[in-house]
Amino acid sequence: MSAIPAEILAGAERKPHRTSGWWGMIATIATEAALFAYLLFSYGYIAAQAPPPWPPVGAPELKLALPNTLVLLASSVTVWWAERRLSRRGDLRGCRRGFLATLAFGAVFIAVQLLEWHKKSFTPASHVYGSLYFTITGFHMAHVVAGWVMLAAVAWWLASGRAGPARPVPVAVSAVYWHFVDAVWLAVFTTFYLLPRLG
Amino acid sequence: MVAVVGSNELGRRLDAQWERPRGLVGWLATVDHKEIGIRYLVTAFSFLVIGGVEALIMRLQLARPNAALLDPAEYNQLFTMHGVTMIFLYALPILSGFSNYLWPLLLGTRDMAFPRLNAFSYWVFLLSGIFIYVGFVTGHGPDAGWFNYVPYTSRAYDPGPNIDIYALGMVFFGISTTVGAVNFIVSLFKTRAPGMSVNRVPIMVWGTLTASFGNLAAVPAVSLAFLMLWLDRQFGTHFFDVEQNGRPLLWQHLFWMFGHPWVYAIVLPAMGIVSDALPVFCRRPLVGYTAVALSTVATIVLGFGVWLHHMFATGIPPLGLSFFSAASMAIVIPSAVAVFAWIATIWTGRPVRATPFLYFAGFVFLFVVGGVSGFMTAAVPLDWQLTDTYFVVAHIHYVLLGINVFPVLGGIHFWFPKMTGRLMSERLGRWSFWITFTGFNVAFLPMHLTGLLGMPRRIYTYPAGVGWDGLNMLTSIGAFVVALGVLLVVVNVIRSLKSGAIAGPNPWDAPTLEWATSSPPPPYNFLVIPTVASRHPLWENRLDETGERSSTRVGPALDHGREILRTTPLDAEPDGSVHMPEDSLLPLVTALVMLAGFAALLAHHWWLALAAAIGTAICTLVWLTPARPATLGAP
Ligand code: HEM
Repeated sequence: MSAIPAEILAGAERKPHRTSGWWGMIATIATEAALFAYLLFSYGYIAAQAPPPWPPVGAPELKLALPNTLVLLASSVTVWWAERRLSRRGDLRGCRRGFLATLAFGAVFIAVQLLEWHKKSFTPASHVYGSLYFTITGFHMAHVVAGWVMLAAVAWWLASGRAGPARPVPVAVSAVYWHFVDAVWLAVFTTFYLLPRLG
Repeated sequence: MVAVVGSNELGRRLDAQWERPRGLVGWLATVDHKEIGIRYLVTAFSFLVIGGVEALIMRLQLARPNAALLDPAEYNQLFTMHGVTMIFLYALPILSGFSNYLWPLLLGTRDMAFPRLNAFSYWVFLLSGIFIYVGFVTGHGPDAGWFNYVPYTSRAYDPGPNIDIYALGMVFFGISTTVGAVNFIVSLFKTRAPGMSVNRVPIMVWGTLTASFGNLAAVPAVSLAFLMLWLDRQFGTHFFDVEQNGRPLLWQHLFWMFGHPWVYAIVLPAMGIVSDALPVFCRRPLVGYTAVALSTVATIVLGFGVWLHHMFATGIPPLGLSFFSAASMAIVIPSAVAVFAWIATIWTGRPVRATPFLYFAGFVFLFVVGGVSGFMTAAVPLDWQLTDTYFVVAHIHYVLLGINVFPVLGGIHFWFPKMTGRLMSERLGRWSFWITFTGFNVAFLPMHLTGLLGMPRRIYTYPAGVGWDGLNMLTSIGAFVVALGVLLVVVNVIRSLKSGAIAGPNPWDAPTLEWATSSPPPPYNFLVIPTVASRHPLWENRLDETGERSSTRVGPALDHGREILRTTPLDAEPDGSVHMPEDSLLPLVTALVMLAGFAALLAHHWWLALAAAIGTAICTLVWLTPARPATLGAP
């Protein structure tokens, strides 16, 4: 067999989308997406058979949730920008700034969401709608927190040289997870906040 | 970069890099897929034995009418634990054991894509199994059947900790299955030897890959269902609570959305074992490789489709039998393809009747018989008649023992020489096969009749004189004969470990890569990364399919620390060398922290649970932290 060129052997970490780490994250996202699909299926299954009115407490208000959705979307934009700065220009500082902005937006989202929970007139034990609402938004919150911790760790690694232009994998992997968490929110938001207004 | 086999110097260097530290810490820290695979096999087989003992106790109770060995509550726990043990703790993990041991060897690489995750997946499997069993041993085992229907399992009807232990244990166990599936998928697409394009991988790889995709899609359903049940029981949520507009049927939907692919996950890799190993004993390649590979994938696609139909078109609440029937229906076409391929392979080959061949041929026979009866019961009217009788129990066992246990026993005899360097005794092997096979049919064939005569399943005893006595006695005798056969396998394994004949690299003269290295393989598997030119790298001189030749003697050495070759997903072209992690205690520590967390949840120690969650996060971060640049060499 002919020798494999040295530059092929050495270049493994440069293209993040070819690494095992990236593929592992995509597979994880696939199974988590399935989890949220089952959560939303459960909501639909119960909602479809519940006596009207559904939701029993009326459609949830958009006053906090809509701006908060925009905050989360903005955080996706900043992390996308951060990744591009790194991959296209090797701009470490820009990338770190993008990560810090994303972390700030993420923290706002978490705080507002806690406030929203706090203001609810019901608990998970009040009725099945309450169980669904808190369990599903709770699952999402857990994923936001996990994603946030991951982004914070990568921001730290960017500062300490463990990640950077020559080691872009952690940036790519944490960014795609964050996008996923945002996409899930859009599905949750649509299900809980928008659909009841259509009917 | 290129090295030629035969250089001892290279072997010594690789040994130094790949060998785990000696001693207990090394044993606990190893990430070698071969050690992990063997642990999976031993642990899962132990669960088979434990589940088997539970079955024997039940059969003692049922051997005669009005027996009083067990009271109804004990019987409930026994049949539930038997089902849980066999379905979850034995049937899939044993196949994961084979796949873990074999995957990198079959693919021509040195380890899985995520070696530490592999160790983690094993530890979680072991600890979650212990978690569930601690409940059982202390008298708090699950007691509402392995599929655990609400409302039987809601707090009002089952107030003890039994169901909580099962629920939390299953969520914990699901983590093991999920990360295992991720690891198989990524390893397949990233680490195959150069030249091993997807149309050259062994069928078992197709089976495990398909099962892994199925698990990624399905396991969240059951984990979620168990979590919701636990919330209902402990926090007063109302998911399954009719009075508050919850839906008990939601449980059944979520459970069977999972259960459906799971059945394929516990049969497809086993069918893969047969597709790869049977041809070795027929001295020819498998007939219809492409058809069998495609039908493997088709099974799960069809399975999901049939399931959707089942759920939405008919709206019949899925019951035990209709579930298994639908599963059999879906599997009929693709498995017919496989059956014809196996029969044609035997027919056109020159069969060598070694022990593994007996097990595989026995499997094909049971598969045909079970398939026909399964197809018959799949018809709906029969379905209604037979639901919840012993006919179902008989059918379940024909499917599960036939398609899982027989290939597994064959696989043990087949790969034992590779794993240990020694051959198993042929004489004991033949005895074990004939005893198991006879006992199996004595136990379960009459059981169909018991069901037709109306004996319901899950009853702890029955009155005399309704015509069930003799059949039950026969079944119980058969059960003990099966146990004797399995015992003989264990004896054979233990004896052969010490005194079996030395096997050499390729005792069966088999064609695939695992037989190209020594038995047992060195920690680094292959001295040089092989290059593959066909499906049967070791039979090329005989078959001469392509004119090209695989190479297991000349190739990249990758000896700068633990390294493997990464290749492209479909064509397996070289795409870089990757550094692999060292042995580590982190997988075990993380699994133990999580165990503490689940125990805390069970005991309502919320602060401890929170501490465990934070501990898990810290472990994960330490685990994922990349090395500092200096230790990686120049960027
Ligand atoms: C010699 C071997 C075995 C014997 C004698 C045996 C016997 C039994 C018995 C007596 C029951 C309870 C029937 C009832 O009361 O409804 C049962 C149930 C069951 N067995 Fe086995 N079994 C054996 C092996 C296996 C294996 C290898 C598997 C799976 C891989 C398995 C899976 C099951 C399942 C899923 C159930 C249903 C449990 C439930 O109703 O929740 N069994 N078996």
